[in-house]
Amino acid sequence: MLKADNLSKVFNIHLIGDKVIKGCNGVSFIVDRGEFLGISGPSGAGKSTILKCIYRTYLPTGGDIRYDSVLYGQVNLATIADHMVISIRHKEIGYISQFLKVIPRVSAVDIVAEPLLLKNGVSPEEAKTKAGELLERLNIPRKLFDAYPATFSGGEQQRVNIARAIIWKPRLLLLDEPTASLDRDSTAIVVELLKELRNEGTSMVGIFHDNELMKSITDRAYRMNPETEYAE
Amino acid sequence: MAMVPILDVKGLTKIFGDGCHLCSQSTGPEYETNVCRHCGSIVACSDVSFKLYPGEILGIVGESGSGKSTVVKLLHFDWDATSGEVFIQSTSMDKSININGKNLFARSPYQKRQIRNLFMGIVYQNPHLGLRMDVSSGGNIAERLITANWRSIAMMRGRASELLEKTEIPVERMDEPPANFSGGMQQRVQIAKALSNNPLILFLDEVTTGLDVSVQARVLDLIRNLQSELNLSMIIVSHDLGVIRLLTKRTIVMKYGRIVEAGLTDQILEDPQHPYTQLLVSSQL
Ligand SMILES: Nc1ncnc2c1ncn2[C@@H]1O[C@H](COP(=O)(O)OP(=O)(O)OP(=O)(O)O)[C@@H](O)[C@H]1O
Ligand SMILES: [Mg+2]
Ligand SMILES: [Zn+2]
Repeated sequence: MLKADNLSKVFNIHLIGDKVIKGCNGVSFIVDRGEFLGISGPSGAGKSTILKCIYRTYLPTGGDIRYDSVLYGQVNLATIADHMVISIRHKEIGYISQFLKVIPRVSAVDIVAEPLLLKNGVSPEEAKTKAGELLERLNIPRKLFDAYPATFSGGEQQRVNIARAIIWKPRLLLLDEPTASLDRDSTAIVVELLKELRNEGTSMVGIFHDNELMKSITDRAYRMNPETEYAE
Repeated sequence: MAMVPILDVKGLTKIFGDGCHLCSQSTGPEYETNVCRHCGSIVACSDVSFKLYPGEILGIVGESGSGKSTVVKLLHFDWDATSGEVFIQSTSMDKSININGKNLFARSPYQKRQIRNLFMGIVYQNPHLGLRMDVSSGGNIAERLITANWRSIAMMRGRASELLEKTEIPVERMDEPPANFSGGMQQRVQIAKALSNNPLILFLDEVTTGLDVSVQARVLDLIRNLQSELNLSMIIVSHDLGVIRLLTKRTIVMKYGRIVEAGLTDQILEDPQHPYTQLLVSSQL
């Protein structure tokens, strides 16, 4: 379903004398349908860079990212048009960042319901109900549902973030340390939710700070080789 | 599933002055000027091409004088383009006027007015450009409705009060002129007026610039809600990356009349490619 082929990313920082920073280099892997691939490697190896290239938050410098899209068929995520990436983000590929990017003055329940509305024609009421149920499973107190997450604790924000990313059951989910700011109980709930999602057919690529955790939920790991990818 | 753009802009160019054959080659980011050194003309925008897709909000950012407002004013037919083409494609468009697949700049002035009156709305940075300050707010909206072929006074009043309510202007103030209102309220009257003809495309030029932060927030929330409710296609011009981040998914960056970069808004913010965009992003974060 997803195939990274010799993917590389360098950042050219023009402001500081055209400094070149290496993001990742020569990354190749395959994710089969329904599979959960972990990405491991030392800090700074470029793990997040890979996910951001797949999601196109970063523009890849070289290589291909072949993706088998429902909307468009075989595409190269590294090069397809921006508006196609937007459609794919709405209908197929989700992304959980390490922190919630709060949307000002939008309540927790609406933040979670939004992607469901974008994906398919569920009614706003139905989307809200589903969002509430998911927040409840993630132990977010009911009284916070209609509050703005800007004032939530880090762990609460992150659970809102996770709910927003999984509620619409994307075909492919990219996870960047989703549980880094969560306590043990919340982490256990998230793991359970991710396993359910996988059983329903979502393919995943994820980075986890905790190796044990990664082993327990992924099928396989792609190890970033410090020799090739980390070298200057 | 090929998506058809609602607006397709090709090679949009506007030169103020007599112009010469070297205008385009002697201006732009690499020359750090939009003034032609051979003839002194101002190249306000040159070879600007982009597409707007149905239901999306496209951002245009760039420093003062980079040509953002020019692009919007050309597309709204306020000014004539020096060269370039623009196409509108829509199935939901009023059948009485067939403009699909034709370069709109080549239409007659009458047809351009018709297209503008029926399918476009605009909100100017300066409310004085968009509103008559001494005419009642309801009257401002009615004037717009008349150009879109509305005739019944009662229906126009009804429509005006509905729009003012949507834009959170107390309906009992409908008979007051915008001159009595605060800046934020004037912008909301402009938005109500721009929406009155159910446009397909809405142009917003620096709608929140110069407003208090709390007022800005209300105007931005209003735009965001309108977009999700009406599924309008919009072009929003702003030099504020915060506004762009909040409202848009795709962004164009302009400098000295040229597009220097276009991309997904999160990519522009997190992985800007052009030196100017890098400067813009780093100075605003
Ligand atoms: N009527 C005019 N006659 C001559 N030059 C003009 C005219 N209108 C605009 N210009 C010039 O065209 C260039 C682009 O102006 P424009 O208003 O499009 O910039 P902008 O990007 O909207 O800037 P701002 O952020 O300050 O609103 C500027 O150099 C401006 O001085
Ligand atoms: Mg302007
Ligand atoms: Zn010239």
